[in-house]
Amino acid sequence: MGERRSVGPAIIRLEKVEKWFGDFQVLRGVDLEVRSGERLVVCGPSGSGKSTLIRCVCRLERHQRGRIVIDGHELDDSAATLNAVRSEVGMVFQTFNLFPHLTVLDNLTLAPMRVRRMPPAEARSLAMELLERVRIPEQAHKYPGQLSGGQQQRVAIARSLAMRPKIMLFDEPTSALDPEMINEVLEVMESLAREGMTMICVTHEMGFARRVADTMVFMDAGEIVEQAPPREFFAQPKSERCRQFLNRILHH
Amino acid sequence: MGSYTWGWYVVSPWTEKGQGNIAFLLSGLGWTVSLALCAIAVSVLTGLAIALLGLSRHRTAVAANRIYVEALRAVPMLVMVLWVFYGLPVMIGLKLDVFAAGVLALALCDSAFEAEIFRAGIQSIDRGQHEAAETLGLGFTDKMRFIVLPQAIRRVLPPLGNQFVYMLKTSSLVSVIGLAELTRKANELVVTEYRPLEIYTFLILEYLVLILIVSWAVRRLERKMASFEQRAN
Repeated sequence: MGERRSVGPAIIRLEKVEKWFGDFQVLRGVDLEVRSGERLVVCGPSGSGKSTLIRCVCRLERHQRGRIVIDGHELDDSAATLNAVRSEVGMVFQTFNLFPHLTVLDNLTLAPMRVRRMPPAEARSLAMELLERVRIPEQAHKYPGQLSGGQQQRVAIARSLAMRPKIMLFDEPTSALDPEMINEVLEVMESLAREGMTMICVTHEMGFARRVADTMVFMDAGEIVEQAPPREFFAQPKSERCRQFLNRILHH
Repeated sequence: MGSYTWGWYVVSPWTEKGQGNIAFLLSGLGWTVSLALCAIAVSVLTGLAIALLGLSRHRTAVAANRIYVEALRAVPMLVMVLWVFYGLPVMIGLKLDVFAAGVLALALCDSAFEAEIFRAGIQSIDRGQHEAAETLGLGFTDKMRFIVLPQAIRRVLPPLGNQFVYMLKTSSLVSVIGLAELTRKANELVVTEYRPLEIYTFLILEYLVLILIVSWAVRRLERKMASFEQRAN
């Protein structure tokens, strides 16, 4: 479990969020509050709505009922709020989604230059600084296809950080990786957590969760079933569903 | 069969008369090439715009795309050439010279096919690319310009090359309204020399050489643009 730190006021607030895919209800009234600097780890069986939840937070999906408020902006269909939210929330995908036709460096500099109007020289030095931070500055001029999965995911994290987001979302960032590459990605995420980044991580890496999370969230069937600090969460899960889930993933 | 006596002297490079005829036939080359280049340029840009309409979220834009593609795809090229050259002046008082009419007619017909090629190419790009671009804050125009189109265009290079070859060949139809391109020149020479078989064979070879050059250039371009994928291995 991470050292206790002071966390700030609520930066993400979800109120009774509901979402359907056709007739199927993926989110059934989710209430959640994340404070500035808080590290949240979300787990749960597949199909429980955890990915959809964070995809709603960065507006890749639209919720149909309830409210989502990010740093004072309520998510709606207006372009202004969309831009405000997109510039504050970074997203890391399971499948990296790097731009294959651009070099690593160009993957990092494109958005700061186009969206933030950053001068090219400044964008490049920011990019190099971030690549140092994820420990692959020597790959700057390669193309994503030339890197290992772990390296690609670290580049993807650096690419999100280049926009200087206040919040980072991780959607199963290590699920597509070979086992020997998982740790290098988790280490980068841990160092990010130490620097005080507000994070929501959807992951099944429970070792990581114990070390980093301030709050554990267990979702099942579109609902938050359990929410607790990791010590409590792992020692005495209150619900039967959560207990069964933890048994399955901790003893396999 | 077999009783025909060839008269290759009409295009013999070793006689003065043959050389004169060859020069005459080749003088259409400039028009053929510039016609095809201008028409493909107009067609690709129009086709791309029409494709983007088709991918829009607005129903009217999508409907406009469908109507454009279905209507123009159905018009035979020869009919379009005649219609643009003889029909537009009557209908809207627009009198184009033969070259402009040729470019417009070929581009209109071809753009419907280009639109479908681009639509397929753009749709083949993984959703994750769109999502990554969007979460980084890139707007629709930047996302298309820097992320989606560069990848889509690489994928559609082979069919685009195909369309250009097709364009070079169909440019021969513009001979009917009098543009002095390769086919027109051949027709004119046939009238004075009475050697259609030799002259049309020569014409076929002219198109063959042009198209081989295009194939080679497209292949080179493909290799160059696909290099980031090859280096991946």
